[in-house]
Amino acid sequence: MNLEGFPILTAVTFFPLAGAILLLFVPKAKEEFLKWMALGISLVEFVISLPLFIYFNEGVAGMQFVERIPWIREWGVTYFIGVDGISLLLILLTTFLTVLCILSSWRSVGRMVKEYMIVFLILETGMIGVLVALDLILFYVFWEVTLIPMYLIIGVWGGPRRIYAAIKFFLYTMAGSVLMLVAILALYFLHGKITGEYTFDVLKLYQTVLPINTQYLMFAAFALAFAIKVPMFPFHTWLPDAHVEAPTAGSVILAGVLLKLGTYGFIRFAIPLFPVAAFKAAPIISILALIGIIYGALVSMMQDDLKKLVAFSSVSHLGFVMLGMFAFNVQGVQGSIYQMLNHGVSTGALFLIVGMVYERRHTRMIADFGGLAQVMPVFATFFMIVALSSIALPGTNGFVGEFLILLGAFKANNVYGILGATGVILAAVYMLWMFQRVMFGAITHEENRALKDLNLREIVTLVPIIIMIVWMGVYPTFFFKKMELSVQRFLYDVKARSAAATTAAPPESGPVVIEQEHDTMIQPVTEQEKE
Amino acid sequence: MFSGVTPIYFLFVSAVIFAIGAVGVLIRRNAIVIFMCIEMMLSAVNLTLITASHYLQSLDGVLMVFFVMTVAAAEAAVGLAIFVLLFRGRGTIKVDGINLLKW
Amino acid sequence: MIELVWLIPLFPAIGFLFNGLIGRWFNLDKRIVSWVACFALGLSFLFSILIFFALLKLSPEARAVVPDRVLFDWIVSGGLKTVVGYKVDPLSIIMALVVSGVSFFIHIYSVGYMHDDPGYTRYFAFLNLFVFMMLTLVLANNFLLMFVGWEGVGLCSYLLIGFWFDRDAPANAGKKAFVVNRVGDFGFLLAMFLIFAHLGTLEFNGVFDGAHSLDIVTVTLITLLLFVGAAGKSAQIPLYVWLPDAMEGPTPVSSLIHAATMVTSGVYMIARCNILYTMAPVSMATVAIVGAATAIFAASMGLLQFDIKRVLAYSTISQLGYMFLAVGVGAFSAGIFHLMAHAFFKGLLFLGAGSVMHAMSGELDMRNMGGIWKKTPITFWTFLIATLAIAGIPGFAGFFSKDEILWQAFSSSHGHVYLWLVGAVAAGMTAFYMFRLVFVTFLGGCRATDEVKKHIHESPSIMTVPLIVLAVLSVIGGYVGIPHVLGGRNIFHEFLAPVLGGHPEGTAHAAFSLVKSAFASGGAAEGSGINMELLLMGVSVAIAIIGIGIAFYLYILKPEVPKRLGERLKILYTIVFNKYYVDEIYEACFVKSTKKLGTFFWREFDDGVIDRSVNLVGGLMLWLGRVLRRIQTGRVQGYALGIILGAVIIIIFLIR
Repeated sequence: MNLEGFPILTAVTFFPLAGAILLLFVPKAKEEFLKWMALGISLVEFVISLPLFIYFNEGVAGMQFVERIPWIREWGVTYFIGVDGISLLLILLTTFLTVLCILSSWRSVGRMVKEYMIVFLILETGMIGVLVALDLILFYVFWEVTLIPMYLIIGVWGGPRRIYAAIKFFLYTMAGSVLMLVAILALYFLHGKITGEYTFDVLKLYQTVLPINTQYLMFAAFALAFAIKVPMFPFHTWLPDAHVEAPTAGSVILAGVLLKLGTYGFIRFAIPLFPVAAFKAAPIISILALIGIIYGALVSMMQDDLKKLVAFSSVSHLGFVMLGMFAFNVQGVQGSIYQMLNHGVSTGALFLIVGMVYERRHTRMIADFGGLAQVMPVFATFFMIVALSSIALPGTNGFVGEFLILLGAFKANNVYGILGATGVILAAVYMLWMFQRVMFGAITHEENRALKDLNLREIVTLVPIIIMIVWMGVYPTFFFKKMELSVQRFLYDVKARSAAATTAAPPESGPVVIEQEHDTMIQPVTEQEKE
Repeated sequence: MFSGVTPIYFLFVSAVIFAIGAVGVLIRRNAIVIFMCIEMMLSAVNLTLITASHYLQSLDGVLMVFFVMTVAAAEAAVGLAIFVLLFRGRGTIKVDGINLLKW
Repeated sequence: MIELVWLIPLFPAIGFLFNGLIGRWFNLDKRIVSWVACFALGLSFLFSILIFFALLKLSPEARAVVPDRVLFDWIVSGGLKTVVGYKVDPLSIIMALVVSGVSFFIHIYSVGYMHDDPGYTRYFAFLNLFVFMMLTLVLANNFLLMFVGWEGVGLCSYLLIGFWFDRDAPANAGKKAFVVNRVGDFGFLLAMFLIFAHLGTLEFNGVFDGAHSLDIVTVTLITLLLFVGAAGKSAQIPLYVWLPDAMEGPTPVSSLIHAATMVTSGVYMIARCNILYTMAPVSMATVAIVGAATAIFAASMGLLQFDIKRVLAYSTISQLGYMFLAVGVGAFSAGIFHLMAHAFFKGLLFLGAGSVMHAMSGELDMRNMGGIWKKTPITFWTFLIATLAIAGIPGFAGFFSKDEILWQAFSSSHGHVYLWLVGAVAAGMTAFYMFRLVFVTFLGGCRATDEVKKHIHESPSIMTVPLIVLAVLSVIGGYVGIPHVLGGRNIFHEFLAPVLGGHPEGTAHAAFSLVKSAFASGGAAEGSGINMELLLMGVSVAIAIIGIGIAFYLYILKPEVPKRLGERLKILYTIVFNKYYVDEIYEACFVKSTKKLGTFFWREFDDGVIDRSVNLVGGLMLWLGRVLRRIQTGRVQGYALGIILGAVIIIIFLIR
């Protein structure tokens, strides 16, 4: 369904790139104009991504807005893109956050503004591309495309140790994705040998039935690449450095979207391509996720740098996402996807807030603050709401996601649910303790007395987030309706194909699925495709 | 035509000259001497070509010799020009002094 | 009328939004703020009353099965369907009445008390938010929405305890409250997971109707976990430590949140889940034992405190223990009854303490007070009425409720004589320390400084009128629950019976019939006549009077005795005075070790192990590069040699 033949998905994907090219022609001296133009481009991009949401058909479980053009015929590579309920919301998150990122970069990017804006827009294209690509090579291309702009953002406009952080980020992520490339090629060749058709089309590749051991290896390759990106323990150490050194907007988009590409990769590729291996790996991944939750929270608690604290809290939050995903039931997976969105919004907001403080005092050390609520009451209010969302207070978006995840995890394995729930206590501890040390108490440093409260631009940046926090927390069905069928289809496919694959081999002991009868299963709906 | 002196003798001589030239390229340090050795190698090849051409009763080999000699001449001219410039820049014509590509 | 139940929480929500957003942004005048806040509460209270009467019109059986008022679907995922829905039945409407009513009067009191505070608007916004959350909690028709209210009141407690956030103590106290509450919430969450996993729904109707299908282990687990949540919210052992610290907040906050409403959520929750609890005797026993233990433990700490609000805080913990004792022995309506009476007299006591503070220029230490009763008459008399109520003196509200609890603790099938004994002793201690409070603060000679003495005055009427109202309620509030044995009709219990079950009546009936037969046979008591309930009633009254008497002796007649006693029993005194060092133990056990663990993970593991291995890989690559670069000698001849060798090898291979 292409909206009267208009290739809207391509438009949404490449518009930022087109905008970046347009920016090339603006002389670099006109910084104000560049900023406004970049803001305009990102706003337009957000607006044109809205029809995707509005015209998305909730009754269809397959891919929509599909476009399919053969690219490199000899190798079976097609330009094949489409969205379903899972990627739709992530795309909107991307376009939404990019606007806020550009808005927050107004004063903090001092030099090379033109290059900065161009790089940011290219990054946006890359991110959306990853989310819509349905051909493995196309996906890989976009995946790598997101690396370079991020590397530049950290390396050029970052803090004192930016080169180390940027290189670490780049090489670490690349190492994983190179391994994934090997697996992609292996899959290509194996599929071709089995079915005679050599293609990178993911939907066709889903049907490949591979020998179990091969599946394990390939799943491991894909999982490694995505696990580094998520980041899962113990591959997370690039994250604190990257976040601390990156400029504010870089951190926001890194935490808000880039990390989700890893979790999205699991749902879209690693699990459906290798379902048996995924089930078998569920205990390991769940345990790593749990370690991430608790370890991330504990380490976060003792940080003295605000940004590092938020970075480790990201590790903790994404542990929840992975825990829910590998529970393999409706609540867990829906909670997982919803929490991806929530994390993008709340942690993105947290980084924005830290950035606002940094812009005023040029320090991120908690010890340099104290008593700020007295001089910046508006800021304190926003900060409090975002912090509460981060610790999953009911009524905020974070609660919906975490509750569903924990419920799903509990159903899959009681112990996982119980351990995961302790994260709820720890989150309150580290967040509130930090909040108190920064905002409450007496003003301990005289410099803090002169701080100005939020200006209009900063309020405009934060208000949409507050609205989303409340909206997503009070009326989540608005968003759930879009993803429901896709999630159910995902689970159905995965369970069906892994069952089929294991009837040949001795049955694997996956997580105990209690609530089969409660999850309404649907028959796989034929995809709506249109050349 | 000549009894007793078969083409193999010519090929043998040619090979020896080629080997001497090759070793010379590898061992000698003076660039001009290396160049002379390269010319030796080319001459050896010329000899081989003529021999083969005569043995096979074809003119192809002889024609190639013309090309090879032309190329050798051009190469000598350009090469010597490069050496003059190198001498101006590095002060020496010994090849171990020309090691800017060293790690 | 009943369908309008959703308006009850809505009014304070609107009040919060109005005062919070518009009030703060435009810096509205204090009068507008207070009018909006109080009016919102007034409407809430009004609607609660109207719906209460609408409920009364129904027959008793019909009252328990009024259909829930559902507003919209909240979280729908797979088999999970939770809605934003409200339930009207006797239990929820009683709670709504108590919450909205007491809140209303405390709001009015606050107008006077907080008059000079710069954070006036913020205060009322948060207070309205709190009532909204509390009403959501008691009116919710499913566990998840109740949890929203549950954590919501925790949030408001955090915000209001730390209201004066420019000081460290309130900020710390607020954080402590939230974190300890969260530990309890962890239990609540796990209980919800269990419930959903086994029953497929979180709605009260669905859960309670389907509860009989659960096996006893599951039910016991669920109810124990729910109790963990209740213990956190209602400050029972071991999660009570936040409540005394919570006194850092403004006094009306302590009155509303930490006496009348929020802390009673746990009792409400257990009463609401009575069907589950009656299926799990182990849990009931746990609840009763913890309740009784808390009652006496907290009472012991209240004996020696000097800060008026601290005494009242420990008293609250102790009284909450009574409520849990009640529900633990199956006397659910007795627990709710005491909840209601407690809301009246404890709320009043806190407001009275605020009034005293107001009169004594901010002083809270009773050692610096004394003899002010003449100058603050209304405060004194209302305070005295409340104290008589809490001590369980006949005629006042506390007597009926506390007595019913003690009787049930003794006689119910879940009860035990030791439970009664603990309760009775704690009752004596309660009478003692409460009257100690009254005597030292209001009577005797005045120990205040001259400066303070000059300013002692009665509070303005906006503060004293709520005091009077609550005092009246502390007297008449008990008469809805007169036990049969005194010839009355426990209409409170009857009203709640459709929801809470009629258990206790069984034993009461037996006693009643005994008395009836005694009277019927013309007074010829056949020796079986000693009615146990009357006897116990008399014992507890006697204990209370003894407690009062001891207090009178120690603090009025011979004020020098307490000091000498303190000297003689110095070790015991120090331990109790320092609250058995529980806070310090928690700090050492939990707080310090968690921090150490976090630091260990960070420095040793994350930086030391993981990052080091990552950098090791990087270092390895660099080393390899350093080694391999030596091949690049820069000498052309070396390269030429390589070419020639390679060519030779290839030719050899080709020839073969």
